[in-house]
Order: sequence, then structure tokens, then C-alpha cells
Amino acid sequence: MISLLVNGKPHTVDAAPDTPLLWVLRDALGLTGTKFGCGVSQCGACTVHINGAPVRSCITPVSAAAGHKVTTIEGARGKAVEALQDAWVKLDVPQCGYCQSGQIMSAAALLAHNPHPTDADIDAALDGNLCRCATYQRIRAAVHQAARTMRG
Amino acid sequence: MDKIISPSRREFLKTGATLGVGLTIGFYLPAGIAKMIQDQDTGKPFVPNAFIRVSPDDTVTVIIKHLEMGQGVNTGLPTLVAEELDVPWEKIRVEAAPADAMLYNNLLFGTMQGTGGSTAMANSFEQMRRAGATARAMLIAAAADSWKVDANTLTTRDGMVLHRASGRKASYGKLAEKAATMPQPADVQLKAPKDFRYIGKQFKRTDSKAKSNGSAQFASDLRLPGQLTALIARPPLFGARLRHIQAERAKAVPGVRAVVEVPQGVAVIATHFWAAKKSRDALQIDWDESGAARISTAEQREQYLALLKQAGNVASSHGDTAQALAKATKKLEAIYEFPYLAHAPMEPLNCIVRLKEDGCEIWAGSQFQTADQATAARIAGLKPEQVQIHTLFAGGSFGRRANPTSDYIAEAVSVAKAASHLNAPIHLMWTREDDLRGGYYRPMFAHAIRGGLDSEGNPAAWSQRIVGQSIAAGTAFEGGMVKDGIDMTSVEGASNLAYAIPNLHVELHTPKLGVPVLWWRSVGHTHTAFSTEVFIDELAVAAGKDPYEFRRALLAQHPRHKGVLELAAAKAGWGKPLAPKSGVRRGRGIAVHESFRSFVAEVAEVSVRPDGSFSVDRVVCAVDCGIAVNPDQIGAQMEGGIGFALSAALHSAITFRDGRVEQSNFHDYPLLRISEMPHVEVHIAPSQAAPSGVGEPGVPPLAPAVANALFAATGKRLRKLPFEIAELRSA
Repeated sequence: MISLLVNGKPHTVDAAPDTPLLWVLRDALGLTGTKFGCGVSQCGACTVHINGAPVRSCITPVSAAAGHKVTTIEGARGKAVEALQDAWVKLDVPQCGYCQSGQIMSAAALLAHNPHPTDADIDAALDGNLCRCATYQRIRAAVHQAARTMRG
Repeated sequence: MDKIISPSRREFLKTGATLGVGLTIGFYLPAGIAKMIQDQDTGKPFVPNAFIRVSPDDTVTVIIKHLEMGQGVNTGLPTLVAEELDVPWEKIRVEAAPADAMLYNNLLFGTMQGTGGSTAMANSFEQMRRAGATARAMLIAAAADSWKVDANTLTTRDGMVLHRASGRKASYGKLAEKAATMPQPADVQLKAPKDFRYIGKQFKRTDSKAKSNGSAQFASDLRLPGQLTALIARPPLFGARLRHIQAERAKAVPGVRAVVEVPQGVAVIATHFWAAKKSRDALQIDWDESGAARISTAEQREQYLALLKQAGNVASSHGDTAQALAKATKKLEAIYEFPYLAHAPMEPLNCIVRLKEDGCEIWAGSQFQTADQATAARIAGLKPEQVQIHTLFAGGSFGRRANPTSDYIAEAVSVAKAASHLNAPIHLMWTREDDLRGGYYRPMFAHAIRGGLDSEGNPAAWSQRIVGQSIAAGTAFEGGMVKDGIDMTSVEGASNLAYAIPNLHVELHTPKLGVPVLWWRSVGHTHTAFSTEVFIDELAVAAGKDPYEFRRALLAQHPRHKGVLELAAAKAGWGKPLAPKSGVRRGRGIAVHESFRSFVAEVAEVSVRPDGSFSVDRVVCAVDCGIAVNPDQIGAQMEGGIGFALSAALHSAITFRDGRVEQSNFHDYPLLRISEMPHVEVHIAPSQAAPSGVGEPGVPPLAPAVANALFAATGKRLRKLPFEIAELRSA
């Protein structure tokens, strides 16, 4: 049994220690906002925060997440996430939408330490998040807009 | 897959469904079904045979028969209803239609329900507006009857029927039950474009919020009680067969419930994905490869290049190309090459099947519901109508889920059947490796074009030969798409070249190979736009003419091509020199192409570094897709199409060695990343033509525009995709 703190709630899960956190979130806890896209940390669809830092949950063994604060799109709160989600809706960023949880989690981690991101900062922070619909131009615009909102 | 069958007013059988809880309107109902619905008991709460449901709480649910896979049907189609029904946008809800080809067929596909060929808006523009207008007329009739006034004295506004003379008003929700008892009007007047309040405006997507907070539900997210996860071990070569399995280790993985043989391979079934994955990895399988296709990309390329030297089937011909070429002042010849491509939607293929003795339920991002239903029925030993399909959001598709063989649906039903003793819903999942190695690729193609210029530098002859597998052959689409040995999807965009060239000849070779192929966003145009738009550029350069002016002069008879060409050139500042940047060679290139009845021109600007690597800095796109229903979403589809096309131009190729696919995941099948995305500007050409597609037409002009820009920057012609940047190194 492994004890986890996910979105502020403690959970005890019966999973092999090598089980990727992604599958514990999706299959054991029903938190399906975090997506499976590649399984080898190449696409970023599975991005969650551990202690506020973005990690690829598809290659993070659940045992490594035990004892740390895990945050998924369902539990992500705060100024950055709310400003991002608001900008995502205002600019109609999503198309198929499958990658967007991961995009927002990566973008939130960027805005948490960089309130004035440049295009290059955004590209660097989000280059690990693939979007097959190529909504990248709107993602960039939405991150800028969210940063402006946060700065007030 | 351009237009297959014209929608016709004849099919327009109107009928009403009288329902206890609200007003439901159905259209295009065959007479038998129409009668059946009319005879139904008025007390029944809901009959899913319609496009609109007005609820007592004033919400209006629009039933969407097309798959929402990102292209925006859940926004565009309700816009049409809202326009004619006169409902505020925030009252609109959407719901996916059930699988029912009688009610929800794609009018451009005949008797088949499905999404593809950029047809959703073209199909729905009149159908959904008529649905809205008829509902509105019946709501007015209900109010007129209640208030004992002439219906002509009533108007509507934002979900209310109004009687101005008396000041009376009632919301649609209040009128719904009575409206359901009103006779259907024989005909309704649709709004004139000048009166549009919704069409042509920027209505927000109905799904952005759910897709930004993790709540949007894809098939992969559904969790039914007792559901089990299945993965299939498939043969490593197309055509290999199972000889022997040893499953003891696989069965010993905790959580594994069964290992079963299915026609497609060996399925492991477990309580969750990770157990299934570990179990599949532990299977020891001996495959019989004796009958397998031992494809090698290098050899296949040699065969294709050899075929380019032999006469093929004639796809189109006018004038006397051979003679005109012989007489030409200047002759050019070029070969263009295209690899197999995987669709790689971000959501890997998956679906859930619940099989019972008397029926089967499927949850999927289904793109060809009718084919999926028929396939599932055949495998399960049921009638198609016993198969229910719940269509959910698809996490991208790009054609992959529109498979005439319904491959992943067939697999899931086969697993559910083989594991019927488990009596559990089966969630069949594909991994990314399964996706990239599972076939159904955009076919590999090779083109050769010979062209001749006359003494004034005008093109006098164009002779093109194309080699590639047929997508439609052997499928239910063969009858409609293959004529005299020519698969129209292999030559579309080339056999109907728009440029005024007096002698044109196009031939096709269709080799048969064991690699499953499929349509991939913009289908044949993915390669024909490249060969034709690069070759026309080569002719322009050979003629010593400006590539834009050269094209423009040849498009006098094609005003919509010319319109977008001029618009893109003007907005891009064609003719003005690009601002120099230190350390790079810069260039601008243009391309124009018609696909799916829409016209798109793109101007690309590139910066090439000394090592040959380059960036696409800016793409200016002009599109004429008829009446622009939602300009912002048209922009989104152009932006996305450009990024999708750039992915392929820069990175993508599926290759084979000794029958095995060499790629496995995104490290060796890379997709475009945000740092590679150009700045895209989209300009919509004003048009009063009927709306046409936008999902695909942004794709074709991008790669040739970039190739032409690279030539402008470096003087090197790249004729092979993906681009080989070593050729662009500074000398």
C-alpha cells in the first residue's frame, strides 16, 4: 500500500511501486484529466505538479511521489491556473483538447516563477508539451494574457 | 475524399415528433421512419431522432451527428440552429447523435453516418438552419394558438416569442410542450445573409471550458462499473500470424484476468492499464512470418522510381502533351517523394465495448459510426441496429478514426467476444507504439513531372506521373472513389490542375503492397499540392518570372484561386524585400491550392542558418471557404492545419526495414513543437458561396510554400518530404 497526497487529499492505493503515477491517478483515483499520450515523457500530456514543479507522471513511479504534494488539473487552483484557464477559454485555445491539461500545468509552473515570460520563455517551458492540433499560437497568446491578468 | 453525393432537396422529408416534454424536430427522415415516429405514443419522453430539443428550462439541445475531434462541429453546427431559432448562445447545449444512418447520415456520404472530407459544415449549413427555422415556426404557432392571435403578428427574440401589440411574451421553454403538438409547416423561410446575427460572428467554442479544466470526457476517460482494460500484442510485421504463445508469465502478473487469442493477435485483459501493459510485455509469442510483407523502404523507393519511368493509367488528359513537350522552348523535369505518415492523434485509439447476448454498446470517438456499427455487428453476430454507439470527444483523429475496416472497434469487439466469460465492459487501448506501428498510414508516394515552356515563357505542357497505393481499393468506398483503375484520392489536386496549361496529362500507378493505408488530413492533396505547387514555381523561375505573377496570370479562369492568391500576397507584402537578419538567409515562398471546395493560399517566410537548419518565421494565409460561419474557428483550423503540415514537412516519416516499422514513439516520429510554430496570420476572403470545409484545406499549401521559400533563400530545391536540411548548408 502506498500513501499519496493528491490535490490536498490523502489516499492509500494498492499498486506496485513501479506503477507510473499517471496510471494510479487515472485508474485508481479516477482523475482522468491527466492524459496518456506516449508513456515515455515525450509529449507532456501527463504533466502534473509534484511540490509545485511540473513532472511527467507517465515515467514517475508512484513510489517516488509518495510523501509529496501531487497536484493534477482537477485540483490545480490559484491565481496562475485560474488566469490561464480563463485565457484558454477567452481565446478558444483548445481544439481536440486532449493535450490541454498538460499544457496548462506546464504553463502554470512557468508563471509561478516568471510573471513576465517572453515568447522564448514560453517556448522553453512548453516545448515538452505536444499539441497535434498545433494550437501553439493561441497557447502562446493565452500564456501572455494570463501573465497580464496576474500582474493586474 | 471530396464530395461524393450531392445533398438534394428531394431527400428533405419533413416530419414531426410529438413529444411529451418538449419539442423535437427531425429531418431527412425516410418515409417509413417518419410514419413510425408520427404513430408513436405522445407520452414517450424522448425519441432520439432529431436535431433539436427544446427543454422546459429554456435550454436548447442541438444534436450533433458529426464527430467533434477538434475541428469545432460542436460550435459551428449549433451556431446554425441558434441563428434560425433565435436562441441566446448561453442557452445552447450540445449532444452527440446516436449511430443511426437513417437519421444522421452524412448527406455527402449517402446512407452513411460519418465525419470526414471536411464536409460537416457543407452538409449541415442548410439542414441545421432548416431545423432551427422549423422549430421557431412551431413555437410561434404554439404562442399564436394560446393567445388567439395571428402568427404573422408574432416575432421572436433571444429565446422568446413576442406579441408586440399586446406586450405578451413567452419563453421557448414555456411553449415547448404545446409546440410539440403543432403541425409542421410545409416550408420555412430561411434568413437572408444580411439578417444573420450569429453566422459570421465570433461565437465561442462550446467545449473550451471543459477542455481547459480536465473535465472533457474522451473515450479513454470513461470508467464503467467493472470495466477491464485490454491490450493486444499484434504481429511485428503486417501479415504475420500467431504460431504459438506462452502466456504463463503474462497471466501471473497481478491484476490480469485473462489472456485470449483474437484474430488480430493476443489480448491481455486486466483490471487496469499498467497490469495489462506488464502482462503484454511478459507474453512470449512465436510469430509465423512466412506470409508477411517484408517491406523495405529503400527497395520500395527504387520500385516507385522505376514505375515513374513506365506509362500508367491515365487519370486526365487534354491537348497533346507529348507533342507540346517536344516543341517546347524550355523543358523541365522533377521528381517529388513522400513517405508513409502516421496520424498520431494525441489520444491513442481506444474504445469501450459492452457485449451482451442481444446487443452491444460501444463508447468511442467514432468517426464512421455506420461502418463501426456494421463491423461490430458482424463480429458479435448481431444486427447493426443492435449495436449502440455513444460518440464521445475524440482526442484528434485527422482521418485515423475514419477507417472503413473499423480496425480498433473490430479488435475491441473481438476481445469482448473472446472474453465473454468475464462479463465485463472491455476498454481496448492502444499505446503510442501500437499507434505508430499499427498501419493505416498516408501512403508513400512518388511523382514525376515534366513541363515545357513556350518561347514567351508560358507553360505549354505538363505531364505528371504518380505512384502510390490506393486508399479506397478494397473498401466500401471503392465504388464511389475508384474509376477505371484511378483512385481519385491518389490524383485529386493534380488531375484537375487549375492553371491554364493547354496540354495536360496525368497518369497513375497503383502498386499493391501489404501496408494498410488510409486518408490523412487532406488526403491526396497532401502530396499533389506539393508536387504541383513546387513545380509551378520551378517553371516560373525557368521562365524568369515572379512566382506570384506567373501563377496569377494562369488563374484568370479561376477567380477563387486568384482571389486568395492575391489576398495572401498583398497581406504578406509580396514583392517587398524581407528585413535581413544577421547570420541567416531569408526567403519568401507562395502556394495556392483548392481542396474540399475551399481555396487557400499561403505565403511562408523562412530563415536558413549556415548549417541548413531553418525556421519558418511567418505564414500568411488567405482562405475562401464560402460564407464564413465562425471566422475565429476558421482561423483556428488554418493555424492548426499549417502546424500539422509543418510537422510532416519538417519531421515525419514512417519507414520499414525487413517488414518492421522503424519508428516507435515521438522520439523517432517527432511532431512539431511550440518553438517551431510560425507566426500565422489568417485572412478570410469575403464570399457568398455556400460554406465549404476548413478542417483540411489549410494543410496542402504549407509544405510547397515553405519549399519555395527555402529556394528563394538558398537557391536549393527540396523535392522530398520531410525536408533534408543538409542540402541547405551554405557552401
